[in-house]
Amino acid sequence: MLYDEKHEAMNRDDLEQLQFTRLQATLERAYGGVPFFRKKFDAAGLKPGDIKSLADLTKIPYMVKQEMRDNYPFGLFATPMDDVVRLHASSGTTGQVTVVGYTQNDIDNWADLIARCLTSYGATKHDMIQVAYGYGLFTGGLGLHYGAERLGGTVIPISGGNTRRQIQVMQDFKATVLCCTPSYALHMAEAAGEMGVDIRNLPLKIGVFGAEPWSESMRAQAEEKMGIDAYDIYGLSEVLGPGVACECEAKDGLHIFEDHFIPEIIDPESGEPLPDGTPGELVFTSLLKEATPVIRYRTRDITTLTHEPCACGRTHARMARVFGRSDDMLIIRGVNVFPSQIEDILVRIEGVEPHYQIIVDREGVMDVVNVQVEVSPEIFSDEIKNLEKLERKIAAAIREDLAIGAKVKLVEPKSIQRSEGKAKRVIDQRDLQK
Amino acid sequence: MAIKQISVFLENRAGRLWELADELGKAGVNMRALSIGEAADFGVVRMIVNNPDAAQKMLTDAGFTVAETDVLAVEIPDVPGGLASVLGALKDSGINIEYAYAFVARVGEKAIVSMRVEDASAGEKSLVDAGFSLVDAQKLYTL
Repeated sequence: MLYDEKHEAMNRDDLEQLQFTRLQATLERAYGGVPFFRKKFDAAGLKPGDIKSLADLTKIPYMVKQEMRDNYPFGLFATPMDDVVRLHASSGTTGQVTVVGYTQNDIDNWADLIARCLTSYGATKHDMIQVAYGYGLFTGGLGLHYGAERLGGTVIPISGGNTRRQIQVMQDFKATVLCCTPSYALHMAEAAGEMGVDIRNLPLKIGVFGAEPWSESMRAQAEEKMGIDAYDIYGLSEVLGPGVACECEAKDGLHIFEDHFIPEIIDPESGEPLPDGTPGELVFTSLLKEATPVIRYRTRDITTLTHEPCACGRTHARMARVFGRSDDMLIIRGVNVFPSQIEDILVRIEGVEPHYQIIVDREGVMDVVNVQVEVSPEIFSDEIKNLEKLERKIAAAIREDLAIGAKVKLVEPKSIQRSEGKAKRVIDQRDLQK
Repeated sequence: MAIKQISVFLENRAGRLWELADELGKAGVNMRALSIGEAADFGVVRMIVNNPDAAQKMLTDAGFTVAETDVLAVEIPDVPGGLASVLGALKDSGINIEYAYAFVARVGEKAIVSMRVEDASAGEKSLVDAGFSLVDAQKLYTL
């Protein structure tokens, strides 16, 4: 099913014409309304009028996350605050947060895109939609909420956490659609088992899972344990939030809503555009966003694109499931974590720069973070309680600053593997390729 | 009279304690006493050796994390209630013991208990005042 057949199944020529018209308007708005964009264009010797075709887009310099941080909080807003009706922010510590704004049109467009996603998963206005993404600055909860209402479904805005209550509500309200992170869905399935509830016997039929990397084997697990069809949803707050791309019933890549966003794949090292099928960094240009437009924004997500026709009838390009990052960012239970943030915490606690390693694993269905810290003579004490206190102190600081639980383990000096030049800081054992 | 104790951080993995003992053996360091405290994923080995300064340097060079700590070594009568009598003196002075380990000397009827207390000089004073003799460092190292 298509929610907006006119746009989702538009022939390529018409779609590209629409993209170009919308791109021109976006460039004018950005250049005229945001000093950051004006400076960037001027430095490149460009005016919006120099972009005479979609192919000319590659003349424009890329935009990176650091530039968003540099313009914290509202430096990239292209509309007066009076026209901004909502703010969201990316996850991360104070220094890492980026803020995005939405006009009423932005909110409406976002709701439409989520409604398209839900429709492509087979949901309709008859569905009971349990939104178990976190509500708040995070885009997941409210993004899905507005889209589910737009579809006409009945929304259960339960937000994240309190797993027993989630299962009780799912059972009592006869939820048919569950929206949450894939790892939380699997956790729910386990918890339901402990409560004597078999989700397979409930009316639940669709899982809308995103906000963190997952794999085909997790999909198989979720579908088997919950008796549902599980679908991927993609997005990032800098570009919109969830609803930038979604899977269709073919479960073979995520359609990017090309009437709203122009995707590109580039070589993360050289910045050169890459052809379909070649893995590279995903780059987005927004076409309708008013409050915080993005132009050639580098997502750091590594994936491939294809323009091959899809069985579902949508003409929009598809991206493969994100299978890596071009930086060292980790997404742990939906929270973005950079190793440098953990390093900052260690330096702050010890006054030295200890060697450390972050090992991410999946125990059962939950991401588990182990932080190994080498003991230096400065922090070594003959008293075990002091060392254990140190472990707890580091874990508490990580929990407070990054909102993730980590197991901290002290290890001997030089026991953490050194690689050429740069220490290997992260070992991700979650095996998301399966 | 404080005794120098060598503490070593050890990861909890098979063979690591052997590696420590092997290094000490090859360097001709003789242990007088040994105690191992364990946490969930690491251990701390505490030792009194015949040549603490040399042992510390050698172990540091070998890549171990080493700390030197002053502890008290007290002679106690090797009879029932011997340890209690020493602890009684510290209790009466309100001195807290962080950890302790005892060993029986090769000759004679005395045992020795090695203790880390909150306040070493106050601990020493209370023990001496109570009539206990602290073991001389040189004597202990060369037992």
